[in-house]
Amino acid sequence: MTNVRIYVTYKESVFDPQGDTIKQAIHALGHDEVADVKVGKFFDVQLDPTKKDISTAVKEIAEELLVNFNLETYEYKVMEEV
Amino acid sequence: MKIAVVVFPGSNCDIDLYEALHTVLGADVEYVSHKCEDLSEFDAVMLPGGFSYGDYLRCGAIARFSKVMPEIVRMANEGKPVFGTCNGFQILTEAGLLPGALKQNNSLKFVCKTVPLVVENVQTPFTHEYTNGEVINLPIAHADGSYYADEETLAQLEENGQVVFRYAKENPNGSLHDIAGICNERGNVLGMMPHPERAVEALLGNEDGLRVFKSLLTSGTVKTEGK
Amino acid sequence: MAELTPKEIQTLKPYLEWGLTQKEYDYICDKLLHRLPNYTETGLFAVMWSEHCSYKKSKPVLRLFPNKNERVLQGPGEGAGIVDIGDDLAVVFKAESHNHPSAVEPYEGAATGVGGILRDIFSMGARPIASLDSLHFGELTDERTKYLVNGVVAGIGGYGNCMGIPTVGGEMTFDDCYRGNCLVNAMSVGLMEQKDMQKGRAAGVGNAVIYVGAKTGRDGIHGATFASSDFSDEKETQRSAVQVGNPFMEKLLMEACLKLTHEHADWLVGIQDMGAAGIASSSCEMASKAGSGLVLELEKVPQRETEMTPYEIMLSESQERMLLCVRKGYEENVIKLFKEFDLEAVVIGRVTDDGQYVLKHHGEVVTDIPVTTLTDDVLEEPSAEQMPKRLKEAKEMAPWTPDVTDAKQTLLALLQQPTIASKEMFTQTYDSQVRTSTVLGPGSDAGVMRIRKTNKALAMTTDGNGRFVYLDPEIGGQMAVVEACANVISSGALPLAMTDCLNYGDPNDPEIYYELHHSVAGMAKACEVFDTPVISGNVSLYNENNGEAIYGTPMVGMVGLIENVKHIISSTVKQAGDLLYLVGVKTKADFAGSELQKMQTKKIFGALNPVELTTINDYMKKLLTTMQTGLVQSSHDASEGGLGVCLAETLFGSGLGASVELDLTKELLFSETAGRFVVSVSPKDQVAFETALGEFATKIGEVTATENLAVTLTDENFSVPVATAQKLWEEAIPCLMKSKD
Repeated sequence: MTNVRIYVTYKESVFDPQGDTIKQAIHALGHDEVADVKVGKFFDVQLDPTKKDISTAVKEIAEELLVNFNLETYEYKVMEEV
Repeated sequence: MKIAVVVFPGSNCDIDLYEALHTVLGADVEYVSHKCEDLSEFDAVMLPGGFSYGDYLRCGAIARFSKVMPEIVRMANEGKPVFGTCNGFQILTEAGLLPGALKQNNSLKFVCKTVPLVVENVQTPFTHEYTNGEVINLPIAHADGSYYADEETLAQLEENGQVVFRYAKENPNGSLHDIAGICNERGNVLGMMPHPERAVEALLGNEDGLRVFKSLLTSGTVKTEGK
Repeated sequence: MAELTPKEIQTLKPYLEWGLTQKEYDYICDKLLHRLPNYTETGLFAVMWSEHCSYKKSKPVLRLFPNKNERVLQGPGEGAGIVDIGDDLAVVFKAESHNHPSAVEPYEGAATGVGGILRDIFSMGARPIASLDSLHFGELTDERTKYLVNGVVAGIGGYGNCMGIPTVGGEMTFDDCYRGNCLVNAMSVGLMEQKDMQKGRAAGVGNAVIYVGAKTGRDGIHGATFASSDFSDEKETQRSAVQVGNPFMEKLLMEACLKLTHEHADWLVGIQDMGAAGIASSSCEMASKAGSGLVLELEKVPQRETEMTPYEIMLSESQERMLLCVRKGYEENVIKLFKEFDLEAVVIGRVTDDGQYVLKHHGEVVTDIPVTTLTDDVLEEPSAEQMPKRLKEAKEMAPWTPDVTDAKQTLLALLQQPTIASKEMFTQTYDSQVRTSTVLGPGSDAGVMRIRKTNKALAMTTDGNGRFVYLDPEIGGQMAVVEACANVISSGALPLAMTDCLNYGDPNDPEIYYELHHSVAGMAKACEVFDTPVISGNVSLYNENNGEAIYGTPMVGMVGLIENVKHIISSTVKQAGDLLYLVGVKTKADFAGSELQKMQTKKIFGALNPVELTTINDYMKKLLTTMQTGLVQSSHDASEGGLGVCLAETLFGSGLGASVELDLTKELLFSETAGRFVVSVSPKDQVAFETALGEFATKIGEVTATENLAVTLTDENFSVPVATAQKLWEEAIPCLMKSKD
């Protein structure tokens, strides 16, 4: 089994109120070095690469369920064998 | 007219829609399970508010895969009235029956209050009893009601008159173009964040939503399709 | 890691950490078991003998409460109390505290508090129709308090909104004594047909014990004992993991349980929520109530984590679980019913008739003790009590008189005190309307819910005023009940019965025990006078932080009945020209513990004047009769901030004003004499109303079209635009929540 981490975030053009609020909180703590914060989520998916090629599997899962393409986009990283 | 109110796991405004239609207006209405695969006996379908599947992943994202959804798509394609309020609206966008998506409110908080709306399209089966430009007050109760669509889609919605309800005074959630409710191009599928079913009885202080359901019940007698 | 052997337990005494005293342990060994208990058994005694489960400290005091009258169908002892409201219907309600979990993790603490109380209601066979809360925090100038407030409010909304149960009322107060130990009390009200009444009992040899709902994990182990000991900063790391709620799971569980109890009651013997102390308390209480024994096979309990020990399985407080006793032969039917809702139901044991509580784990017997040793044999020890010194001193002190130079400015300042100011910023994050039966929601004197298919409605409120109890436990206790009755009556309802959450400090301190005892005595006396029995409740002791106790804060949750929805009364005035009356006893110099005292001196002190319970009950019932005959347009009870604040609040949002002339000095405008109302009456009903209320109604002015509050006092006249006052009242809390200092 391979652990794949799929990251889902708002598209660049979409306002992210959570990220904005967190950025303000970080600024309030005195971290002027922080220019921007975006919030996203990730899914750790354990899949069997012998049954389906990883990139195809991820594309299908993401497009069918995990991502709302009106708002969101995704990328993924192959983590480790488990 | 026979109307279905779909109950998803986690729906909680199903009773509100049912009672508005059944008790207040005496309509022929039935609860239908999300597992139901045949809605052929129904002339219209309503998707209630609530937290289908706990709103986990994204509001409405999991409900879209319910067994009942192909039937709802069929009815939408056949031009039958399909209505979604709150979580129902979210499901309709997730299912692609309405364009755009609903984001978390800009305040990041759930908000429950009554807000003024302008009725901007009275040519739908749900709004023909209102007058164009009329301002009504309806309750909202949601955490994810900020309507989003890209510029092109928004332009199309405006051009086709698909914006049916717009927040009148204040925008409670950051919704683009102050959008509170939209319909599809054909006009038979309507999704809205406000809850007209909560505003149908004088005892509860507001009857401004009643005409949404009255419109539906009399929609067979008037031509409402298209612009 | 191997568990300690019985011998090692005896030597190393881990039970002291779990809350069992040495005396209790010795009693269990020598008098009850005649042997040393093993690890699992010791754990069971620790949780079952905790205050949270056994009420060992508070029991003698709780016996003071009346708990019966002709309407009460179920008193204390079950998941919730039940009251007959006619038409074969009954109202079911209970309140519960979740103070300790909320102080650690405010969101989940509050959320699971709501979840727990809802399960208590639907386990009785009732559908929850509304939730209320009673929240007490430190001052809003404190950053950690703001964090707690935000978390608790979000947790209440997060759980209740997702469940689709409207949150229709409650209260929120702020005092420094709650800074290290906030109070989060949740109340739920349910409605049922009397034929659907259920009990938490496991009876009938061979009947099945079925576990339903979420899987069991290691969360919240020793939550019950945790709630029964006090907080100190050094203990921070020892706090058990707080449970995490899953309202979606609970919604499914509720619908499945209601389907079972309403449509298949013949399959079911008993049903109980797994609340504090999890499977342990639910199973042995169900067996104890039926005089049965049980054999449970713990490996069958659905588990979320691996290698859980019997001790962990029994004591876990994972949420969204219920325990059922099902008639033999119907197990599969029940399992199938829950499966329809995508819920797991598993037979984990059987009922026996030998009275023994037997737990097996993979065939090995890990517990074998009489059920009653856990539930009935708790060592009840008399507690020492002593009148706190401050009470003696207060009685000798000269009464405090406030210094009011400008009544108008004082009123505006009071309206901005957090305890008085609008809580809309918080309450609008609660869905108060879902299920479309809310006639009056948050911000009203009481939440009012209509009952479908009848003309009736229910009014409900929560009230707790720690300040008055601190100054005089007995009178303060009476005032809590008076205030709750006033809220219910002000909405046009007859008070039926009440529930409570008794929040106090460490009862081993004789002064705290005195507060507990005497405030309950005061409440009990008021309950007798108002005929409002106590049908359910909860005790939360050890509310202390670093040895500083909170004000003893008994919360009263009162429910009242409105026979006809036409006679629901709201607190805002309706029409210009209507007459304004002050209903109640004569306004006295009641400033001890008042909002005005706190605002001016930053503390509370002094002695309370006695409350005339019989007189108050007498005119309150008369006022109710005038409401039921349509003579009253609006009614609002005067509480914090006295008559001045009450008058302003009756005008907010009405688009009207008032012109009032009072035979009072400017100080008395803010006195908090208990049990007074500002009522508006149409001029055509003047004679009928005055005749009905007699000396208890004083005409004080009229509603005006001009949106000003104009007040003439014996020593000052002022007029203030309602909009000005309302704006200050509305913006005070958002402003405090935003400010950083």
